[in-house]
Amino acid sequence: MSQYFHSIRIDTEKCNSRMKCLRVCPTQAIRIRNGKAIIIEEKCIDCGECITACPNNAIVPLTDPFGGLTKFRHTVALPSPGLHAQFGKEILPKKILSGLRNLGFDDACDLSPTCGEVSFAIQEYLRDYNGPRPLISIACPTVVRLIQVKYPSLIEQLIPIELPREVAARELKKKKSRQLGIKESEIGIFYLTPCPAKMISIKQPAEKGRSYLDGAISISDIYGPLLSALEEVEKENYRKDLEDICILGMGWAMVGGICRTLRIKNSLAASGIPDIIKIFDDIERGKLRNIDFVEAYSCPQGCVGGSLTVENLYISYNKVLKLIETLEFEQIKACPDIREVRKRFKENYFLIKGKFEPRPLKPLDKDLAKAIKKRKEKEDIYESLPKIDCGICGAPTCLTFAEDIVKGEAVLTDCIFNLPHKFADLSQELSELLSKFASLQPIRPNISKTLNNKDKK
Amino acid sequence: MKKSDEHVLSQQFEIKGGDFSNAGKTSTSIKEILQEIGIDTSIIIRAAIAAYEAEMNVVMYAQRATLTLTITPERLCFKLEDEGQGIDNLDMAMQEGFSTATDEMREMGFGAGMGLPNIKRNADRFKIFSTPGKGTSLDLTFFLNQGE
Repeated sequence: MSQYFHSIRIDTEKCNSRMKCLRVCPTQAIRIRNGKAIIIEEKCIDCGECITACPNNAIVPLTDPFGGLTKFRHTVALPSPGLHAQFGKEILPKKILSGLRNLGFDDACDLSPTCGEVSFAIQEYLRDYNGPRPLISIACPTVVRLIQVKYPSLIEQLIPIELPREVAARELKKKKSRQLGIKESEIGIFYLTPCPAKMISIKQPAEKGRSYLDGAISISDIYGPLLSALEEVEKENYRKDLEDICILGMGWAMVGGICRTLRIKNSLAASGIPDIIKIFDDIERGKLRNIDFVEAYSCPQGCVGGSLTVENLYISYNKVLKLIETLEFEQIKACPDIREVRKRFKENYFLIKGKFEPRPLKPLDKDLAKAIKKRKEKEDIYESLPKIDCGICGAPTCLTFAEDIVKGEAVLTDCIFNLPHKFADLSQELSELLSKFASLQPIRPNISKTLNNKDKK
Repeated sequence: MKKSDEHVLSQQFEIKGGDFSNAGKTSTSIKEILQEIGIDTSIIIRAAIAAYEAEMNVVMYAQRATLTLTITPERLCFKLEDEGQGIDNLDMAMQEGFSTATDEMREMGFGAGMGLPNIKRNADRFKIFSTPGKGTSLDLTFFLNQGE
């Protein structure tokens, strides 16, 4: 068993080593070895970029298959707001939920009211918080992993408020087991996920606690069957269906959605790993202390940009916005009761169990003196390389290749630009070897002739 | 002599004055080197903040500078030498809240008068020399074996 669970697997049958994944990986966690891509587990943060990039569909998200529900006596689908973003205001959550029940789930629940509660809980937490700022949202599991791996100093700034899907699953299990008279373990709650990263937060939560969810099903897997399972809703019910949606919760599908709904003076929303890295660098330097809350997503535009969604991310982003605008226009403010949230907040109803731990990358060597020596070697090797990041050696950049050599995971001759040197050395060796047998020299010019004669016979 | 040399890492970085678009790159590279070597996180944070503040001082006030990073198993040193206007009154510059930043710099979030005091606070040893009209040099040391 490996130390870290990952939600991404490489299908070696399908992998053609076309190197697209190698180039898009933001943490340089992929190498090509013996013609197949491999993932370096400690470096991977499960962002899913490689899944989207692979032209052969050889990188597969490890979500649960839709149809494996029989293990449980009672099953509940808990769609991410990202699922509703695929449909927008044309097909409202209520219709989607009944479609999911038609597909075989015993029940389906809307997450937006719980998202709203958690938004309020975050607001409560921020109000009494006196530590280093800004606080960082834990909504995106990839961002949490990125902080554990590359920004261990920012771990304290992760908001220890449980995610809506976890709160909802916990409460649903309690409620259902009471109502149906069955054990909580007999109830299976499945998250319908826009990205594979949610899977890691279910199988191996960053805070080392346990998840209340029993699995995650990809939105892209369920989208087709769901479309055919939807039933027409009568027009006059539309307004009533709108009233069931919590406006605070819908925003959780897109970047800025939490900031929008919270009454925080100074907040910031960012998406896409390169941009998040810039923000985290600034936070670490103490430059953003005037900001209270940062919402960051690894996927562009937030969960609507997840690698397991179907709709174009800008279109689904817009669909969420339009749905929120419609709710505002119709003056529907179905929100959780803030007094109730406050009361529960004080009872630690929303507090995360467990603690986030740093997960720094292994240094070049455990021994500081040796690590310094290796780092110097790495620099020297790098200087000798062509620095064009061609990837033919199997590493994404010349710099990572130099690192692999120092770690003993690659050799200099893996670099195609070093082949001429290798040939030169080999031919030198060969001619030295030949010169030892002086008697071979006179017949050298006739070798080809002799061979030809033999052929004719 | 040779044996000890191979356990000393020394690297130079050039910083250009006025180059705001590349500001921060040097301190980010330094942080990455320290992480690769496996230096304690709390020291990395202090060193990265000091390096960043020092880098920003060059970007804001000097023409150019060379930052030399030296790492041995015992200590981490930054030597920063800049060519620039220098500091007229060092005592004043070391006071928190004192700043000669322009409005433009303040607009970008700098110039709170925390630069030098912040560097001093984060480094284990801090030395500064300045010749007005010529330039400033900084010597910073961080000890790596604090527990012992």
